[in-house]
Amino acid sequence: MNAMKAQKISFLTVVALAGAISATSVAWAQNSDRNSATADASSDVLIRGAKVYTVSGRGTLDNADVLVHSGKITAVVESGAAGRQVPTGAKVVEAKGRPLTPGVFAGLTHIGIEEISAESSTVDASIDFKSPTWDQKWRPEFDVTLAYNARSTLVPVMRIEGLTWTVLAPGAGDSIIAGQGGAVAFDGMLEPGFRAVLDGSRSLFVKLGSETEKFTGGSRAAAYMLLDQAIGETRASGLVGQDALLHAAGRTALGRYLSGGRVVFEVERATDILDVLAFSERNHIKPVISGGSEGWLVAKELARAKVPVVLNALQDLPSDFDRLSSRLDNAARLQRAGVLIAFSSGENHKAYAVRQLAGNAVAHGLPWDAALAAITANPAEIFGLGAARGRIEKGQAADLVLWDGDPLEVTSAADQVWIDGRAIEMRSRQTELRDRYLRHAKVH
Amino acid sequence: MSKLTLVLMSAALTACATLPPAGQSSSTTAPAPAPHSAASASRDPFVSTYKTTPSPATLIRGATVLTGTGIRIDGGDVLIVNGHIEAVGKELRAPEGANVIDAAGRWVTPGIIDIHSHLGVYPSPGLKGLSDGNELTNPVTSNVWAEHSIWPQDPGFEMALEGGVTTLEILPGSGNLIGGRSVVVKNVHATTYQAMKFPGAQQGLKMACGENPKRVYGSKGQAPSTLMGNVAGYRQAFADAQDYKRQWEKYDRDLAEYQKKNAKEGAGSDSGDKKAPPSPPKRDLKLKTLADVLKGDIRVQMHCYRGDQMATMLDVADEFGFKIVAFHHAVEAYKVADLLASKGVCAAMWADWWGFKVEAYDGIQENIAIVDAPAGSCAMLHSDSEDGIQRLNQEAAKAMSRGARAGLDIPPERAIRWLTVNPAKALGLDDRIGALEAGKNADVVIWNRNPFSVYALADEVFIDGTVAFDRAHPPRKPPSDFLLGQPNAEELP
Repeated sequence: MNAMKAQKISFLTVVALAGAISATSVAWAQNSDRNSATADASSDVLIRGAKVYTVSGRGTLDNADVLVHSGKITAVVESGAAGRQVPTGAKVVEAKGRPLTPGVFAGLTHIGIEEISAESSTVDASIDFKSPTWDQKWRPEFDVTLAYNARSTLVPVMRIEGLTWTVLAPGAGDSIIAGQGGAVAFDGMLEPGFRAVLDGSRSLFVKLGSETEKFTGGSRAAAYMLLDQAIGETRASGLVGQDALLHAAGRTALGRYLSGGRVVFEVERATDILDVLAFSERNHIKPVISGGSEGWLVAKELARAKVPVVLNALQDLPSDFDRLSSRLDNAARLQRAGVLIAFSSGENHKAYAVRQLAGNAVAHGLPWDAALAAITANPAEIFGLGAARGRIEKGQAADLVLWDGDPLEVTSAADQVWIDGRAIEMRSRQTELRDRYLRHAKVH
Repeated sequence: MSKLTLVLMSAALTACATLPPAGQSSSTTAPAPAPHSAASASRDPFVSTYKTTPSPATLIRGATVLTGTGIRIDGGDVLIVNGHIEAVGKELRAPEGANVIDAAGRWVTPGIIDIHSHLGVYPSPGLKGLSDGNELTNPVTSNVWAEHSIWPQDPGFEMALEGGVTTLEILPGSGNLIGGRSVVVKNVHATTYQAMKFPGAQQGLKMACGENPKRVYGSKGQAPSTLMGNVAGYRQAFADAQDYKRQWEKYDRDLAEYQKKNAKEGAGSDSGDKKAPPSPPKRDLKLKTLADVLKGDIRVQMHCYRGDQMATMLDVADEFGFKIVAFHHAVEAYKVADLLASKGVCAAMWADWWGFKVEAYDGIQENIAIVDAPAGSCAMLHSDSEDGIQRLNQEAAKAMSRGARAGLDIPPERAIRWLTVNPAKALGLDDRIGALEAGKNADVVIWNRNPFSVYALADEVFIDGTVAFDRAHPPRKPPSDFLLGQPNAEELP
């Protein structure tokens, strides 16, 4: 409650500081049209003298330049090579040793399909037909990405925090089959939702465990009974018609996942994870475990089956009977066992907490590089985007973040973010609100 | 999000847990302090049984010390004797037999105080049978006390302790306009909540602005269903309390007069027509709580997101002559920072929560820094979360760095006040906790590094001078009975 020292820093100073951060970017930050962003030279940029975390076999380059052309990374070279020329028309950003990482994964979220959680008119994240369990139709053909609004106020809020992409995961509706989702980049491009989905990332989401046993008649065992029934219908050996679980479109949709398709199982309890592994093997499904609070107990089995886990590294309480063995070193133990891990906070409006998850995982035994990979390259790999995103490597999309400090530290922030080579404007509705009221605060 | 939503419905303050006056026994024959006098009715029937454990003197040496009062001492020492801070400074001498801790390279702060928690009343696991935070049967339930809902075996307490939390205020939820009384507890493991209860701490009254009460009751077709209905509800409740208070004041006056008269006549003694003593008004537990608020014995802690609603509530408080100590979840406090500072009202905030409902839509990450700026401000960080309470230091770090990027430079010695001395003030306990100063309770945290970092961990946590947590020597068995014997809960090799 003490009086604060007089703050003489003027608002102009702040603007000037911000300007110094991204003076070169402002000019080409205005255009939010995809065509011009991808093709023309305005997206050429040379980031010079950065500490580059490639999250690839090259590791960390203490002093390197990254060249971006037409939205792609075209070169990553150690600085100081004599006489290298700045390509004509390229904007030069002097990193001055600041860390440069791949764009950060926001996690499995509803960003762009949920504006204000408590206002159902602004939420499109799940379907619930309110049918009684015995009348239930499963709708694996439900594709939540069709609701994606790239102009959501959450998108700018997330990307100025260094988050450049997310996986839209349908929420729990009234069936354990939540529907399909997929990855989108926070480029803000106006286009139909389905086109925003990044190639190869589409996934089916299935929810199991204590939260959803109400959708299977009260017992989680019935989830497998019903899943087997649905698979039977899909393979044309089962029921068709009124008593069936699936419509024709549902059979087609589910069928696409039964020959090596990616299915994300939201599941926490160790024994449930083992059940998912067995079920997936039986049905030629490529599973991803989401949640996995007790994953460390079955780390060897997960590693052997090469099944990745998307987890919340802060989950440490016995929040329910599926998560009695939650531990802060879950991530470290899984990684040590050879499981591919990625982080997701389970938050929507606070999706930026994902960096905090990674930092805390480090504090509880996860190697720093592995933690950075768990919010960049690993999730890209898990969702089929590894060749295109998640690393600072020639040929990858230029989703880049220049930080003012340790990228996993809560006191650090993004100085500049690029998505597909385009420097995004470092503003959001929140910075507008801040600036409106900050002016006044500075008078004190 | 469902648990969060529940938790978001919260707010109440701790009531004055006044201990019975020392030496007063119930067998006294003194003339009738009538059992129903206002004074006796305000005595806390649920007495704190918290006891400090005797512990050796401890000298923490060579640390970066943040005192909680805005001072930073590099290479500083903290001396603990008999459960209290004996001295803070440099080159302190260890008393004979003292436990000396070399804290070079480490940081020392006061124990963290979370002014908004639902541990115990919304515990882990989140089972129906343990979900006791919101008495959603009437918009005004000032008769209920959060302490009666506490499950002391909530594993969340020990996780919060590992995060350096030594004192917390546990409040009812925010589904009601007036949710009930809160309680302040020491974060010690105990079989009963009374053994955690902070001796002598005032209780609070949890009140709630905004969406939650109008949603809960509006959806049942009851009042309130609008913001104006909310305000009508608070005002009627306090109008009733004023009347109740007047009835008791009248009774106290009549009783005093009667006793005086009786004593006089008792000397003469033979008058046969002795008048009967005045009969006390009926005790009403709802109105009693509110009357205690009007008397200043209970501190109002109010859940309120929007700045305009805070201004409305300050007017309501002025109308009835009570004080709102703090607005909690004050997502828009930055819009009324000057008003709050000029009125001496604290704001308890999150670092970066926003958007889960409309009243949280304007949340910004510079909120705390902006609220902290004016002279006389009282910014606080609160958790309202069994997860957030474990990392309040990290939340403060976020708020601090967001302030710095916006040009509001806040050094660690100032930011630590959000977690220590400011909540201590809002609880009325700043004479005992919240600072490393001679005479204060020795609630102390030794951090392995600068606590304003994602990598920081509490190495040792002291409560009243006793080591409550030691990372190097974690308990072999979990303190919570619930975790005991659960599969795999214990440390693996």
